[in-house]
Amino acid sequence: MKLKSLLTGVAVLTVMSGAAFAQDRTVNVYNWSDYIDESILEDFTKETGIKVVYDVFDSNEVLETKLLAGGTGYDIVVPTGTFLSRQIQAGVFSELDKSKLSNLDNMWKQIEERVQKYDPGNKYSINYMWGTTGIGYNVDKVKEVLGEDAPVDSFDLIFKPENMEKLKECGVFVLDAPTETFPAALNYLGMDPDSKDPEELEKAAELWKSVRPYIQKFHSSEYINALANGDICVALGWSGDVLQARDRAAEADNGVTVEYSIPKEGALMWFDQMAIPADAQHKDEAHEFLNYIMRPEVMAKASNYVYYANGNKASQEFLNDDVIGDPAIYPSKETVENLYTVTAYPPKVNRVVTRFWTSVKSGQ
Amino acid sequence: MDQEQNTAPTRRTLGGWLLIAVPYLWLLILFLAPFLIVLKISLSEVAVAIPPYLPTFDLAEGWAGFTESLSQLSFENYIWLTEDDLYWKSYLSSVVIAGISTILTLLLGYPIAYGMARSPQAWRPTLLMLVILPFWTSFLIRVYAWIGILKNEGLLNQLLLFLGVIDEPLVILNTNIAVYIGIVYSYLPFLVLPLYASLERLDGSLLEAAEDLGCPPWKAFWNVTLPLSLPGVIAGCFLVFIPAVGEFVIPDLLGGSNTLMIGKTLWVEFFNNRDWPVSSAVAVILLLILVIPIVLFQNQQQKMSEKNG
Repeated sequence: MKLKSLLTGVAVLTVMSGAAFAQDRTVNVYNWSDYIDESILEDFTKETGIKVVYDVFDSNEVLETKLLAGGTGYDIVVPTGTFLSRQIQAGVFSELDKSKLSNLDNMWKQIEERVQKYDPGNKYSINYMWGTTGIGYNVDKVKEVLGEDAPVDSFDLIFKPENMEKLKECGVFVLDAPTETFPAALNYLGMDPDSKDPEELEKAAELWKSVRPYIQKFHSSEYINALANGDICVALGWSGDVLQARDRAAEADNGVTVEYSIPKEGALMWFDQMAIPADAQHKDEAHEFLNYIMRPEVMAKASNYVYYANGNKASQEFLNDDVIGDPAIYPSKETVENLYTVTAYPPKVNRVVTRFWTSVKSGQ
Repeated sequence: MDQEQNTAPTRRTLGGWLLIAVPYLWLLILFLAPFLIVLKISLSEVAVAIPPYLPTFDLAEGWAGFTESLSQLSFENYIWLTEDDLYWKSYLSSVVIAGISTILTLLLGYPIAYGMARSPQAWRPTLLMLVILPFWTSFLIRVYAWIGILKNEGLLNQLLLFLGVIDEPLVILNTNIAVYIGIVYSYLPFLVLPLYASLERLDGSLLEAAEDLGCPPWKAFWNVTLPLSLPGVIAGCFLVFIPAVGEFVIPDLLGGSNTLMIGKTLWVEFFNNRDWPVSSAVAVILLLILVIPIVLFQNQQQKMSEKNG
């Protein structure tokens, strides 16, 4: 899975600056794959003369392992809130120097408040994007298999074996991220999605096992292309990724229509946070980069490209209508109330969850 | 005369020592030292820190500290491995997958090596070149190419559908069959090369003698060629089997979610659980499992050279 992301991300994208006076200024950014409009990096280099070395990953686990090994060489990394909180405990990050971040006022207070759960006082990170984990589906194929009233707005689609049995023939992918799949199952079963109780987690694992035979693959980035090409008809995935698939299918004009839905039972709301590792070599440049990213037009450009909502209130006036106006990206107030957040698993519980997930995936 | 004889051997011994020292130094730096680090981590405990485990032997504490930590050593991580059957199943399944792949590679590789060794002298460099040629492309990209070939809408299925051999695409990708194909393909040259070397050296007059004495070709092959090529067969098989047991890339890219191999289990332990101590323990056990065939192989090699010498 992980090696694939390295290749699909075409690894390292280097943006060179023509400016000779700043030949030594560099910032090393490690972000999720398919997560930025690359012209932002070029513009940043043009304006500041700072060279951006951009590298990508597709799982929090890979990022975290690198950070915990130390000496990553990255100046900016983008972990999800739950992972960020544990990394702060481990002493991975250095506190932001807010005097260098004049654009902080642009940020969305509501999002900052929610993020406090992971980063108390918003000391170590700024929000880059946030989104939900829901259902991506191929409109025509799902109708063909399950009929007109297919429950696409409900987790019944994924957790009811009778539905999955039929969906199997057109293909179902699920995120390979236990920290997201377990909360979804717990929530569907009417339990606390943030539960750390091994017995409840086992019930969530049982639910996944009941539909396991119908799942073609567990993977955290391949579903974008698979949905767009019409190779699969349902994916449990991240909002923006599914919407990127929708966009690619529309561009390819291949007769595939992809849609994203936030299930009515509620969905996981997550936050991807930009932070600076304690051992970063270019902290000044990293702050400059963060401050640049927090400009309203820049953040809007990023969201317009990746179809994720951002934590920048001032950027909203620059967003395209198909972004700000799409309830799948910026959900309505009622939907947001129905979204839940989770906290990091303590090491012992984490081991239990991983073991359950391995047994779901491998049948062992 | 006497003096010369006395000095010559001493000089040779010194040179000999130096010669032996090079591979030993190599082993010390690139094998023993990393192994000791892994062993050390495997005896430690997880922590929320950088790096994510508690230090065991702290060199700053000197000899007293060393002996003290020696008395406090905990084999908890190794005991943990015995408590969950996942690890044993992974080891076993890796050995089985590697074993089957090795046999398949041998069945495919022997005719290739044999054909090369029997081909006209002028062709051999070209054939040898063709065997080595795939190495010019990255291993990762070659494994990726198999995804394109094996997937449901892939080249293989399209060809078979076109030829009318099948009515529905075969599901090969994300199954163990794809893993076998990947391993056999990737490791074939490692078997063909040593095997070709031993087949090429084979004394042709022995086969002529067998023929003259009325031995049919298949029997000559069975009684003469095969036993004489055995060292090549064994060397090739080990070169396939040993890396295949610990293989991660091929099962990860081509295998399905239910393909259980120790390389993947190790990955999950390291990345998802962030449990460096347990993953180190898994690695140490894997090494022990692999060292046994290597030792057997060396013994066999030694016997062979003694026989020949």
